[in-house]
Amino acid sequence: MQLTLWTYEGPPHVGAMRVATGMEGLHYVLHAPQGDTYADLLFTMIERRSKRPPVTYTTFQARDLGGDTAELFKRALLDAAERFKPQAFIVGASCTAELIQDDPGGLAATAGLDVPVVPVELPSYSKKENWGAAETFYQLVRRFAVKAEQRPATCNVLGPTALGFRHRDDVKEVCGLLARLGITVNVVAPMGSTPADLTRLGEASFNVVLYPETAGVAASWMQRNLGQPFTRTVPIGVGATRDFIAEVAALAGVDATAMLAAEESRLPWYSRSVDSTYLTGKRVFIFGDATHAVAAARVAREELGFEVVGLGTYSREQAREVREAAKALGLEALITDDYLAVEQAIADAHPELVLGTQMERHTAKRLGVACAVISAPVHVQDFPARHSPQMGFEGANVLFDTWVHPLMMGLEEHLIGMFREDFEFNDQAPSHLGHKAAPVREAPPLVEAMAVQPVAAAVLDVPVEPRWGADAEAELKKIPFFVRGKARRNTEAFARERGVATITVETLYDAKAHYSR
Amino acid sequence: MLDHVPASGCDTRPILRERGQREVFCGLTGIVWMHRKIQDAFFLVVGSRTCAHLLQSAAGVMIFAEPRFATAILDERDLAGLADAQEELDRNVTRLLERRPDIKLLFLVGSCPSEVIKLDLHRAAQRLDRRFNGVRVLNYSGSGIETTFTQGEDACLAALVPELPSTDAAQLVIVGALAEVVEDQWRRLYAAMGITNIAFLPARRAGDMPAVGQGTRYLLAQPFLAETARLLDARGARHLPALFPLGAEGTTDFLRAGAEAMGVGAGRFAEATAAAEARARAALEGPRARLAGKRIFFFPDSQLEVPMARFLTRECGMEAVEIGTPYLHRAHLAAEMPLLPAAAMLSEGQDVERQLDRCLEARPDLVVCGLGLANPLEAQGITTKWSIELVFTPVQGYDQAADLASLFARPFARRDMLRV
Ligand code: SF4
Repeated sequence: MQLTLWTYEGPPHVGAMRVATGMEGLHYVLHAPQGDTYADLLFTMIERRSKRPPVTYTTFQARDLGGDTAELFKRALLDAAERFKPQAFIVGASCTAELIQDDPGGLAATAGLDVPVVPVELPSYSKKENWGAAETFYQLVRRFAVKAEQRPATCNVLGPTALGFRHRDDVKEVCGLLARLGITVNVVAPMGSTPADLTRLGEASFNVVLYPETAGVAASWMQRNLGQPFTRTVPIGVGATRDFIAEVAALAGVDATAMLAAEESRLPWYSRSVDSTYLTGKRVFIFGDATHAVAAARVAREELGFEVVGLGTYSREQAREVREAAKALGLEALITDDYLAVEQAIADAHPELVLGTQMERHTAKRLGVACAVISAPVHVQDFPARHSPQMGFEGANVLFDTWVHPLMMGLEEHLIGMFREDFEFNDQAPSHLGHKAAPVREAPPLVEAMAVQPVAAAVLDVPVEPRWGADAEAELKKIPFFVRGKARRNTEAFARERGVATITVETLYDAKAHYSR
Repeated sequence: MLDHVPASGCDTRPILRERGQREVFCGLTGIVWMHRKIQDAFFLVVGSRTCAHLLQSAAGVMIFAEPRFATAILDERDLAGLADAQEELDRNVTRLLERRPDIKLLFLVGSCPSEVIKLDLHRAAQRLDRRFNGVRVLNYSGSGIETTFTQGEDACLAALVPELPSTDAAQLVIVGALAEVVEDQWRRLYAAMGITNIAFLPARRAGDMPAVGQGTRYLLAQPFLAETARLLDARGARHLPALFPLGAEGTTDFLRAGAEAMGVGAGRFAEATAAAEARARAALEGPRARLAGKRIFFFPDSQLEVPMARFLTRECGMEAVEIGTPYLHRAHLAAEMPLLPAAAMLSEGQDVERQLDRCLEARPDLVVCGLGLANPLEAQGITTKWSIELVFTPVQGYDQAADLASLFARPFARRDMLRV
């Protein structure tokens, strides 16, 4: 039993829905109670899909439990067959139906349908959304893909699903890259494919895996059974995109020299431009699904010159990759799906930028730290109207813009630092940054703090909270408001670690020296 | 939920009963507004990752502050040993209450999985209630196999009723979670009639819940409170049949039922309410201009459909094509049903595919439906209104009548403006 306020991933059948909803001609009959139909809104509201997900829920009720829920399932399946006439079905159970053990797969097998039915068994009490998507895609591939004569310089593009973080734009970007390399794309799946398309998967000579979370298992199976190698590089960032080009060129037997010689992204020049000097060593905390987190760490470090001060993921299945990436950066990876633990880690790391999910966006807001979103779970904002990929050279441009803009601009920062007593550089002044500075938690009034804390410390044996001397407090006020919260936190943490009871001006500058690079 | 035999206002129209796929939330959803309503209550769902995900998705935008609800997600070990599951629950509740000393009322909320494995949350609540001094621990089920959307509020309030202190004093209790602005308006209107012994269930704080007993007369402010009403009756309180307080007409009838029960004469009642009622009717003119003559179709969702349709047809000049509702509580809707237009089809329960067929065939001007259906219908050129907004917005009472009508008028206004 795990106490959860917000979750990074939904249940595994939502992963199956992401596969089915991305595809055409596939219908999912899900044995589930009525409330589980909420999942439709993820697709129709968050992703703004214009069609309902191709899912029939049996919506059994308590009164059905004593009777025949199996019969209910069969009827729902037959009705769906008649109404939707899909090329194929997937069938399965949600968490509640798993407990009543009706065996949707077995029931479907005896239903006398003339289209293929693929049972997907997704253990709801131990697995989660990405696992469910991967397993569903794997089962579909196993069922439909067959060994065929491979066409040269031809690949499949695997992994994109409905409700995926920028999958729509990544597919377009990567397919464009492949086309320019003279590589033919055979099938893109699951998103955009039909069950009939899956039967043609074997005609490609290799597979491009965009999202190992959803396509890794299927790609390994295809390597073993269809003799198709698959790519390991996820083309997020300039370096990774170039590595990816080299990798696919080798797999396809094409020449990529010209493309690799050209500078296709603006990121390298923007990053080398003198204006970007101020980005050097910015402390960045990274959390997301494994693929995006690991990729972001490389881009942050190698392509923007940030210092990565935290790296983690909520996906335990891919924890190993993240651990390795963290180790290479001299960090210990944070592997957790408890967003409060992530919040604590962020607070402890004192980053200047958080690259995370929507969950970390809220945390960062609370802590008054800049943030950009790099990974699912998705939000309606993660489906922008404009083309906004994460992958390929255009994706690298997008990363530069979205990660750098939340940070204060170069010269501007120096000016504010020098003239911090300018009356316009205070909390109330109108901001041209477009957002108000996050409210900063002010320390309790001195009198109150002095009266209460020694008592609390004596009774509860808690460490004494450092208090601010008047001179230090006054000095703190001179620091521009948008960094004052951080200065306050850093100084307090510094004082706490050293057992300093009263913060003086000296403590303030000692802390500043300690935290500056 | 049993249908009661009609007590009065017998309505003999045929009702389409459907038992196919239902596209509605489960009762857990009620937590999204109930945890805001009772400010020192915490709702702990004992369920699956699905339940946690539903709450998170139904809350729409993630709530900024740490919410006063959470899910204890059952895992394989809990399924294997129910005794251990109880221990695990104790451990989680202990941790939770240590972290949140502001919590005075804790609801353990059952889900489909906890009901199916027969995890006894009633026993757990009693045990935990004894253990934590100063925190009342109660339980109810919001599971999708037993409750539909707003029935979660009913189950929650029903759990409170047996706990309420006793009183035989004459008083008026208004039942159903309402916006504070609505409560305050009604307090003022009743005060103008000289009625001050009035209380609301639920109260804003756990310690302020009203006492009930023989002298209690209660009004249902929401049409989905069947079980709560049954238990209030069992405490000796008496239900005052009335229209639901949507629109000027509904609000007047509703308030009058309370006033009469408290011995206020017609003259004094009219004196206290006439101005507010006139203001409501005048404010309705604007939205009415947009709505009159438009055809509306309700998918079943909140059980508010019948009074909503009554308001829109009688006060806004709309025509109702189909009024779908998850449950038709005939006794509580006895005053409402005869006021519905004869041409409107009433449907109870759902077969969403067949209902979509009917809807596309009828091509109504406006469809009230859940979030899963809205954009797909819009994509087919049908204007929609999300039903969930009707539950999250203050819509009861005189001064909200025009707001309610405007919720329906806004999609038309938007359509008129857009040239894309
Ligand atoms: S329908 Fe049941 S399993 Fe689904 S979210 Fe509601 S309570 Fe949980």
